[in-house]
Amino acid sequence: MSDFLQAYLTVAVFGGTAGLLIAGVLGLGRLIRPSRPNPDKLTTYESGVDPVGSGFSQSQVRYYIFALLFVLFDVEAVFIFPWAVGLETYSYFGLVEMGIFVFILVLGLVYAWRKGVLRWV
Amino acid sequence: MFAADPLFSTGIDFGVVLIALAKSIIGFLFVLIGVIFMIWFERKLIADFQNRIGPNRAGPWGMLQTLADGIKLIFKEDLRPDGSDSLVFRLAPYLSVVPAFLTFTIVPIGGIFTGAHQGTVHLFGHDTFLQVADPPIGVLFLLAMSSIGIYGAMLAGWASGSKYPLLGSVRASASMISYEAALGLSVVSVVLMSGSLTTHDIVAAQASGGSILDWNIVVTAFVPFVVFCIAATAELNRPPFDFAEAEQELVGGFHTEYSSMRFGMFYLAEFMNTITMSAIIVTLFLGGPSGPIGPGPDQVWPFFWFLLKLLVFLAAFVWVRGTVPRYRYDQLMDLGWKRLIPISLMWLLFIAGIRIGRDQNWSPVLVPLAAIGLGALTVGLLAGSMRTAAIRREQSDEDDLGEVSA
Repeated sequence: MSDFLQAYLTVAVFGGTAGLLIAGVLGLGRLIRPSRPNPDKLTTYESGVDPVGSGFSQSQVRYYIFALLFVLFDVEAVFIFPWAVGLETYSYFGLVEMGIFVFILVLGLVYAWRKGVLRWV
Repeated sequence: MFAADPLFSTGIDFGVVLIALAKSIIGFLFVLIGVIFMIWFERKLIADFQNRIGPNRAGPWGMLQTLADGIKLIFKEDLRPDGSDSLVFRLAPYLSVVPAFLTFTIVPIGGIFTGAHQGTVHLFGHDTFLQVADPPIGVLFLLAMSSIGIYGAMLAGWASGSKYPLLGSVRASASMISYEAALGLSVVSVVLMSGSLTTHDIVAAQASGGSILDWNIVVTAFVPFVVFCIAATAELNRPPFDFAEAEQELVGGFHTEYSSMRFGMFYLAEFMNTITMSAIIVTLFLGGPSGPIGPGPDQVWPFFWFLLKLLVFLAAFVWVRGTVPRYRYDQLMDLGWKRLIPISLMWLLFIAGIRIGRDQNWSPVLVPLAAIGLGALTVGLLAGSMRTAAIRREQSDEDDLGEVSA
């Protein structure tokens, strides 16, 4: 196994054990808890009245706009972290280049801002 | 700069596997005992804030209350609503808890970083770091895991097939991804100053000088620390940003339909994340386990300092919950997108300038002055642009109203 992957070996084992631990606790619960379902118990909660319509309803489009904006900043992280680690090698060039990059990024945010996308109401 | 865990440098033999196993077990114990303690600590402290007594029946000072609650939960009937999505409903607790466990693997909980130790301890003939794992991507692992944690909240709410959980989950995921951007950007400042992504190197860069002035909270000039703390609170869905389960509006939020131990898992993940995030703040900004070494066994002291710093942040999180009222949702989004993200973007360039100035021996007075001037210019332009946009929008709104009435 390569040196790079060795560090993840413990992570994988740790994650696997965590998953097994949860499965174990939930499995234990399945063995010892009572199970007496009836139709009233299995309805969804809606402030004490019978639920109206489907629970899988549509939600406001604003949430998805924020998700789109987030993708912008997440993709940017892909560029910014390697740059941050290697700044010593890039020196002036790195600083100016990142200045331009951040400027373009902020331009996008400003555009969304001025369009009123970031306003909630 | 990058130094891998020396544990694996001699190949993998029985001793290495044993140490890795021991580290995993210690990690699990630390997190689980931490959660049991944290839930009791939070309830007791909140009770004091609200002039109540709090848990005081199970065990001394009610310390075993969490265990009692766990036992109660496991004996409760587990209900899954008829309209729910069976597979996703069962999967969501795993997606919430497993990343919460995994984040803890990158936290260094001990080790002396000054002198020749370099943060290693000697166990059974092997040198190793006192953290479960030290992956080369380091803090990116934190961001990745908190992103997966969002899936847990989002899918739990969606799969319930119920209205309140759905609202809770879209709210939670929108606010969590918003603040994740700010979280990532404030971490970049730390990476810039440490020159490495791994948590071990970040702690080593802060601790090797043996002075508080080397800690990242000072080196990155406080702003990323404040941004990170606010973003972490939002990321954890803790008050004042607890929109995932704003009781007065959404009943229980995304886990309204969960009962029995499945609910217990979300509860567990929430408190585990609080502990891990506090530990990450300590690691990134407060020098992790570094501190003066007193008398007695010297490897105990770093662990003591780590616990002490961790406790300060846990108490601070409870303190904030006890005193600050909940934000409104639009205020939360405004704070994230219009304040924290622009501030951390600007600070990132500022820190980069300082860093290059240090390497190239620029004037220590002129560079910050120029940076502040440039920053003020940017803020001015931004504010002016927003003002004109707002005025224009109001005018066009009035025009629309005029057309309607005409």
